[in-house]
Amino acid sequence: MSTMNTKEALYNFCLRLGDNNLILGQRLAEWCSNGPILEEDLAMTNLSLDHFGQAEFMYEYAAELEGKNRTADDIAYLRNERGYFNSLITEQPNGDFAFTMMKQLLYSTFAKYLYETLSASSDKRLSELAARALKEIKYHLRHSSEWVIRLGNGTEESRIRAQQALNELWWYTADMFVVNETDKELIKAQIITDLSGLYPKWKSSVEETLKLANLTIPAHGHMYKGGYDGNHTEHLGHILCELQYLQRAYPGAKW
Amino acid sequence: MSTKDNQLPLWEVFIQSKSGNPHKHAGSVHASDKNMALQNARDIYTRRGEGRSIWVVLSENIAASAPEDEAELFDPADDKVYRHPTFYRVPEGVKNM
Amino acid sequence: MTEEEKLTRFNSKIDKEEKIEPKDWMPDAYRKTMIRQLSQHAHSEVIGMQPEGNWVLRAPSLRAKKILLAKIQDEGGHGLYLYSATETLGIDRDEMIQQLHEGKAKYSNIFNYPALTWADIGAIGWLVDGAAIVNQISLQRTSYGPYSRGMIRICKEESFHQRQGYEIMVTMMNGTPEQKQMAQDAMNRWWWPSLMMFGPPDNDSSHTKQSMRWKIKRESNDVLRQRFIDKTVDQAHFIGLTVPDKDLKFNKSTGHWDIGKINWDEFHEVINGNGPCNKQRLAHHIKVHNEGRWVREAAMAFAENETRTKKELVTH
Repeated sequence: MSTMNTKEALYNFCLRLGDNNLILGQRLAEWCSNGPILEEDLAMTNLSLDHFGQAEFMYEYAAELEGKNRTADDIAYLRNERGYFNSLITEQPNGDFAFTMMKQLLYSTFAKYLYETLSASSDKRLSELAARALKEIKYHLRHSSEWVIRLGNGTEESRIRAQQALNELWWYTADMFVVNETDKELIKAQIITDLSGLYPKWKSSVEETLKLANLTIPAHGHMYKGGYDGNHTEHLGHILCELQYLQRAYPGAKW
Repeated sequence: MSTKDNQLPLWEVFIQSKSGNPHKHAGSVHASDKNMALQNARDIYTRRGEGRSIWVVLSENIAASAPEDEAELFDPADDKVYRHPTFYRVPEGVKNM
Repeated sequence: MTEEEKLTRFNSKIDKEEKIEPKDWMPDAYRKTMIRQLSQHAHSEVIGMQPEGNWVLRAPSLRAKKILLAKIQDEGGHGLYLYSATETLGIDRDEMIQQLHEGKAKYSNIFNYPALTWADIGAIGWLVDGAAIVNQISLQRTSYGPYSRGMIRICKEESFHQRQGYEIMVTMMNGTPEQKQMAQDAMNRWWWPSLMMFGPPDNDSSHTKQSMRWKIKRESNDVLRQRFIDKTVDQAHFIGLTVPDKDLKFNKSTGHWDIGKINWDEFHEVINGNGPCNKQRLAHHIKVHNEGRWVREAAMAFAENETRTKKELVTH
């Protein structure tokens, strides 16, 4: 990757944060009218709405940084697969309810520590956005961790499903802590810290919840990485097909 | 507690709209435990900033008076007019009472 | 008190515009009618999430996506309020869902039509929610307390729904020729089914008379339908949409819009299960319900384990 200046790096970083939220929000929205009980259908819609809101803030800031008169929607809707920088875990299919809650737990724990750190960023706008998102993320974490604990200690079936979800999703977790060129530039500019440093906190928090849920972290496997550099799983392209359909089919139309 | 096909037990939800106000009955939700009941109540009854505090209680734990006892319970209060300030005569000119 | 005295008291309450509350005595037929109407209303809200949910992932802007999600969420919430109100009449939500799945309980016909394009999201919000709200405003004065309270809350929350739909139509009518065409096409498909939402004409409506006597229903199907037509026709014309009715005419002597003949055969066809999406909607609901069973079982098992553990802690 070519060297980028600080502004470009900050722009890319905003895309990363926005994309994480957009893609995870899109996945959660798939649960709309598909929840295991009506109450939970509405709960997941709330999570999804929070993520879309956070995505919009991040894209608005990205659009300002870019200074090309593009809107948050242009940025959200008009890039191609390799231009999205979300982490791989956010684009994984929902699977069953256990899989979705496990995904939410692993991501929200990460996002909590991430936003805590960013709320102290020297970039004022970034720190405000992070502080705002943090409240929502804490609720997501509470909701998902309680469900994982319920499922882990519920019936034999629910425990097996939760364990299977963990076994599959675990291998996408290291990707959230990857430090790439964007990070390096922002660390140099003292806008962010080295985010791989969040890993130990994340790990011990997740371990604590999983222990309460009576679930075991899988021992051997390969960690998939690449989301922050636009190297995705095949799932992303399909998400984008749906997401971008109208914008692509009717270029320039206002909705 | 019925669990046949389960829509989970029923809880009654009480919301306080702002500090200083009483908690008022808002409706009900289904949930298997208190944490879930609180979160479901939050997601369903405070979507528009209606609340700052929530109480939930299992519906089966609420005791209610019977409608046929209405007369016996509440009519006796009707003729105790001396409990209301308007029952008393205050001489004209007396203020702040 | 004899049954007859109870009935007299019930009737006098109704006459005096007093609300009937869950524990009050009520005639079996009133309870049955109330359960039928309330659960049908609840099921309609929940089934209504499907055609709109169908477009959430494809909503064309972040704003549109958030609004649509919030709207669908409201509908789920309203289904929930209405299920709760029905539960006060002594029926569980499980049982209501069972009745829906067995075809014994109905939901509004309108949701058996497909949402084919994004303009349909506009048409559903504007026409379908618009029709629903005319009905629901009237129902705020219904005689059953929990239903009336539910309606008041629902009307307050749904007031943005119709505007959301109309805004989509306005935007599209101001857009490209393709967008205009899409909007008109949605109008053409949703207009008549929206009018049918108010139910059969008063002469043919089997339930209306008794429901009016009990003040469950406050205004007749035809009165409500006309109110909807009068306000909607003007809104359509205002943005350049054509109402797909060649007989539509403003009647100066009555001050109302007269419409052509509604195709009630289509209405009965759809009620009898032959609408474009009847099977799809119900099959989806059943599938989701069945797929969620293990989650509900796990939640109950967890709660029971917790209670047991606590009891053990107390006794040891």
